[in-house]
Amino acid sequence: MGENKITSSQTCVIEPPKTFFWAPLSKPAPAASGKTGTWRTERPVIIQEKCVKCLLCWLYCPEDAIIRKEDNSVEVDYEYCKGCGICAAVCPVDAIKMVPEEWGGKQ
Amino acid sequence: MTILTLTGNYAVAYAVKLARVKVVSAYPITPQTTIVEKLAEMIERGEMDAKMIRVESEHSALATVYGAASAGARAFTATASHGLLYMHEMVWWVAGARMPLVMAVVSRAIGPPWNIHVDHQDIFDQRDSGWIISMAQENQEAFDLTLQAFRISEDPRVYLPMMVGLEAFILSHTVAPVDVPDQKEVDEWLPPRRQPYVISPETNFVMGNIVPDEDYMMMRLSIQKAMEAAKEVIKEVDRSYGKKFGREYGGLVECKKCEDADYIIIIAGSWSGEAKMAIEDLREEGYRVGVARIRFIRPWPEEEISELASKVKGIIVFDRAVSFGSKGPLFLDVATTVNGRTSLRGVIAGLGGTEVRKEHIIEVTKEFINKVEEEGRVFEPEYWLLPDPYRGKPLEEVAPRWW
Repeated sequence: MGENKITSSQTCVIEPPKTFFWAPLSKPAPAASGKTGTWRTERPVIIQEKCVKCLLCWLYCPEDAIIRKEDNSVEVDYEYCKGCGICAAVCPVDAIKMVPEEWGGKQ
Repeated sequence: MTILTLTGNYAVAYAVKLARVKVVSAYPITPQTTIVEKLAEMIERGEMDAKMIRVESEHSALATVYGAASAGARAFTATASHGLLYMHEMVWWVAGARMPLVMAVVSRAIGPPWNIHVDHQDIFDQRDSGWIISMAQENQEAFDLTLQAFRISEDPRVYLPMMVGLEAFILSHTVAPVDVPDQKEVDEWLPPRRQPYVISPETNFVMGNIVPDEDYMMMRLSIQKAMEAAKEVIKEVDRSYGKKFGREYGGLVECKKCEDADYIIIIAGSWSGEAKMAIEDLREEGYRVGVARIRFIRPWPEEEISELASKVKGIIVFDRAVSFGSKGPLFLDVATTVNGRTSLRGVIAGLGGTEVRKEHIIEVTKEFINKVEEEGRVFEPEYWLLPDPYRGKPLEEVAPRWW
């Protein structure tokens, strides 16, 4: 940064293409690849009594499938959670358990 | 303007400086290294306002300038041979993202066995990647093509990256006079960088993410359409460059004595010079031969070659690369365009920097012409012009025995 900073405004002009043009650009949107919750083999189950509201699971979830509530407690969005288990792995108080789907969320 | 005595590599570096490139990143590899060495020197001396980003590999070098270009900077890298192969994945990323960018490729053989000399195999390996690919004949043209590359690549009808091919040692390390214009003249001719989109911390889109298969195919078609449009842009840029700087090459193909020719030599790169000398001698002997020098292997000059095919008795193609299991890559394109309309011979020669002199070109061309005149239609897709110690000898006799 500093003296070597290069910004787009200094160096280039954005000009629309003049031929038939499809660039590989996409905007993030829910369900762009369908409801990915169906990919899951194990589901994270949050034990609310143990949760200390540190929000590490919310921060680490690669799919934005941890819902942060106003009081910083958390819930899992099972429509999109793929069951990767990162939230359970980062939880410092062991408040998230991975449960096989066929058990229906019961331990 | 000033006449400087420059190697092909230095000529490219001067053009990059005059194009006001803002980001350079590269990894050293023979015979490309002196391009970026010169640029580093210019930047350190304060003659060039750019950032040099050092990286650990060619893959990272192209990834770096791809990022810089996506952020809106005019960027440049250069490589050769194994370095180019190492960055091959990124080559596709840049073209697929439709990001204007310029890269110099100092074409060199690919190992094993290790070989640092001229060969077009490395650049032909990039043939299908969606880059515009040009080949210079001499140092001056390497300079001119580099400057033109920015304008072609950044044209809104094109928005594709472009490679400037120049040959190992024959151009890269050989000094020749090069007419270098002043910064003011270049600024008048080369507009500020244009590109279809810019990535910044404020933008909220993803580049190169997974898309539906149907959209993927439409993006492939769109690259093809841009290549088609690039043909006209290349010709326009060539004409306008000629008007400004006095050198016009003829667009995608430079023709020498094609007008009245019965036979055509198709060739690309520095040894086109030998071919041009060869036709002078051939004409003295009564063989009316012309040279069509391919300046752009992508987009392929379909129309130009097609026009020649319908009016000559035969075409002889010189390839300095081979598509193993098939023919020379240049020959394959020519044969597709010719579509059986005239006699053809595909010569594979000069691999790994083996010497091809004017006399070799005369000999193999004359033999082809005589054959066509005697036998009528000739189709010889693969004719290996072997180097002097092995030429004309039975292969069994010259093969080494290690077992």
